[in-house]
Amino acid sequence: MKNFEIPAFECETGNYHTFCPISCVAWLYQKIEDSFFLVIGTKTCGYFLQNALGVMIFAEPRYAMAELEEGDISAQLNNHEELKKICLQIKNDRNPSVIIWIGTCTTEIIKMDLEGIAPKLEKQIGIPIIVARANGLDYAFTQGEDTVLAAMAHRCPEYKNSELRQEPTNKIDNSSQIKINNSSNNNFISERIELPKSKLVLFGSLPSSVASQLNLELKRQSILVLGWLPSQRYNELPSLGEGIYVCGVNPFLSRTATTLMRRRKCQLIGSPFPIGPDGTRAWIEKICSVFNKTPVGLNERENQIWKAVQDYTRIIKGKSVFFMGDNLLEISLARFLIRCGMVVYEIGIPYMDKRYQAAELLFLQQTCKKMNTPLPRIVEKPDNYSQVQRMHELKPHLAITGMAHANPLEARNINTKWSVEFTFAQIHGFTNVQDILELVTRPLRCRSGIMSDFQSLSKQT
Amino acid sequence: MKLAYWMYAGPAHIGTLRIASSFRNVHAIMHAPLGDDHFNVMRSMLERERDFTPVTTSVVDPHVLARGSREKVVNNISQKEDLQNFVDRASSYSESDVILADVNHYRINELQAADKTLEQIVRYYLDKARREGFLNRSLTDDPSANIIGISTPGFHNQHDCRELKRLLSEPRISINQIIPEGEFLKNLKDLPRAWFNIVPYREMGLMAANFLEKEYGMPHILTTPIGILNTADFIAQISKIVNLWSFSLIEKKVNYDLYVENQTKFVSQATWFSKSIDCQNLAGKEAAVSGDATHAAAITKILVREMGIRVSCSGTYCKHDADWFNEQVQGLCDETIITEDHIEIGDTIARIEPSAIFGTQMERHIGKRLDIPCGVISSPVHIQNFPLGYRPFLGYEGTNQISDLIYNSFNLGMEDHLLDVFGGHDTKEVNIKSLSTEKNNIHWSYDAESELKKIPGFFFAKQNNISTITVDVMYAAKEKLSS
Repeated sequence: MKNFEIPAFECETGNYHTFCPISCVAWLYQKIEDSFFLVIGTKTCGYFLQNALGVMIFAEPRYAMAELEEGDISAQLNNHEELKKICLQIKNDRNPSVIIWIGTCTTEIIKMDLEGIAPKLEKQIGIPIIVARANGLDYAFTQGEDTVLAAMAHRCPEYKNSELRQEPTNKIDNSSQIKINNSSNNNFISERIELPKSKLVLFGSLPSSVASQLNLELKRQSILVLGWLPSQRYNELPSLGEGIYVCGVNPFLSRTATTLMRRRKCQLIGSPFPIGPDGTRAWIEKICSVFNKTPVGLNERENQIWKAVQDYTRIIKGKSVFFMGDNLLEISLARFLIRCGMVVYEIGIPYMDKRYQAAELLFLQQTCKKMNTPLPRIVEKPDNYSQVQRMHELKPHLAITGMAHANPLEARNINTKWSVEFTFAQIHGFTNVQDILELVTRPLRCRSGIMSDFQSLSKQT
Repeated sequence: MKLAYWMYAGPAHIGTLRIASSFRNVHAIMHAPLGDDHFNVMRSMLERERDFTPVTTSVVDPHVLARGSREKVVNNISQKEDLQNFVDRASSYSESDVILADVNHYRINELQAADKTLEQIVRYYLDKARREGFLNRSLTDDPSANIIGISTPGFHNQHDCRELKRLLSEPRISINQIIPEGEFLKNLKDLPRAWFNIVPYREMGLMAANFLEKEYGMPHILTTPIGILNTADFIAQISKIVNLWSFSLIEKKVNYDLYVENQTKFVSQATWFSKSIDCQNLAGKEAAVSGDATHAAAITKILVREMGIRVSCSGTYCKHDADWFNEQVQGLCDETIITEDHIEIGDTIARIEPSAIFGTQMERHIGKRLDIPCGVISSPVHIQNFPLGYRPFLGYEGTNQISDLIYNSFNLGMEDHLLDVFGGHDTKEVNIKSLSTEKNNIHWSYDAESELKKIPGFFFAKQNNISTITVDVMYAAKEKLSS
């Protein structure tokens, strides 16, 4: 059949488990080193974060709760004054470069005019205040990051053409001394002259080492990244505006993409996401094509990686996997695992923006065709209970699921992998491919002989 | 609004969920936004629960808010009803009852909410049974008791429950019901058949016990059997209650004195331990205690009255129970601290500088910071408080466990002292691995040095005759070495 199969999308609007989007505070405060996150909410929010942040709470992270009390609800206390008191305390204790208010889903907070109070307070205390609403009504888990970055995008300085040293050239100038040394089977570039920065801003929060790795890959293709959103420090936010190209590194950043396009007039590069060697290659290729550069050595790079992880792919080839879905990385991870030789029965996902993930979805179809496996079923807002029933019938080799279901599924003899680990492990780029496979194969590798005789370690059906 | 960093007790709905998921065939439905069911994760991971946590979020999203939530909640109830029917085949209550938990989120915390929800459920089912004529008011033939307040994921609850059963078995007290953990709702109508109620943790179960006393005249024992003295007192109270009825029902009086004596002297090792010479070394040492009211008060008593250790400061985060707590520890400690603010507790401990702390996981971290050993004796809980082995805090086995905990917490100090006396400390010479020799003939670029912690570039470079290590080389090294 010449035509690509259209993937089957369903929306179950079921009851599924995922984390509250304020969990993004856990990694964002670490990424943006001079920030302070103030979560405005109730005891429930505080309790959740203290369990999610675990031990880190004791190290006095740059985060705190502005906890609503009964006086606030009955309008006895003035919100502006209360918030001012708290922000002044934060300024005295930690003196951050920016305070980010996270609005949560209590009705009182939803009605509170944080967006109106913030600018006034900002003038009074002299620290920029960004308002982001990361509530469980509209968003799921990693989308918390999406709403924070979308809010931050408004604070990036305006891009002026004169900032660049020179216009990007269409082809590599022969006289610029870029040496390619072929010894020891490794291609690496030793720089003599600095390349002009391309008008490219990448968005998504990644650990700085991973961001550096991706920068390096693009540098090899003579593309120098202008900056990242978010940057390591608030004061280093990249310039945005007409003429700037933006590209995301994670699939859950659709709102940020829209804001960058509509409000900041940037050009969005739609590409598959740099997860897995195939994804990374496709991502680089797409960026190169936009900047009119011919990619160099990408095929070799990708093949090299595939060869290096052969031992892992051997373990998972032909095995089946079921994604229950909670962190919105599912499509990219599924596509990568299919390319490794696995069969994916179903991809549950809390929310999927079909336009932002268009390239990734297309890539998924292409990969299935290439590997000759059936297209997985994609279920938005899945119903966990129904999924468990489906898993009992399908009997996948591996279920990628959240921690609420992992133990019970294990007791029923279904191997699981916590999906949360993929959010915190380094999974982007060429260099980290082994890390993803390490996670995926661990439950399949270390099974002792005890369980094989038992169908189920639970007395409940 | 207040600036908050950490809380000891969780929010109200957690308390309600604890009770709901402890009962059998109860399913809790939360009409809530995504993420409020992180309780499922906690219970599944802490208790290593083998079954699905019976809590579902009927997700509130903007569409639901606009249209009105009722329809969605009703749909969810029907689905759970099927489950209910499937499980409850033999029961005469074939339709599921729906109860709305009556808890005010801003006023009460996890413990108070759990207490209230348990009382609410007990009241509901007893009232229902009375209306429908199912209530059985006759006492059991032999002395029996209900244990009220064992729940998931409680601090060492499962082990405590087992030990309570053991404690009651020799005096021939049978267990009528244990609620809420593992009990079927349909059995609640038989609660009044027991001769008395036991409430091991006053934070959870007191309201239900008070209700049963008021409505059904059931006496209850509030003394928690933690420690030798309290356990003896506990048994004495049981014998008093049993003897109220025993003459007419079983035609004899009971006397457990011999049992208590035997346990105290020989089965539990704690009494002997407190006489032994290594315990004598603990006398005069100072401790700080903090936790929920039940455990903090009990441990304070054990330290002072059973082991001769001084308690400089004792405290609890259960502010609503301050009066009871103060009364319990009066005269046993130098100062008390009733607060929910962990910073205040940390400052107090820093000021006092005790030899050991007995508190919650938060105090354990305070101890780490101040370099003071800490034994954990109360919730909030951590995975460490769900050991696979048998570790009760109640009863005679509990006294052994507690003695071990106390002794080991102080032991560090004693070891240090003995080493001081005999001069046995290791000389502290740190072997510095000479990474520096490699550095002589390799030059590092600035970028590479800043990536140093993550990637081992040294011998790869040497192997490949590379004299300048750039970031490129480091990543190449990682890829090569990981294959």
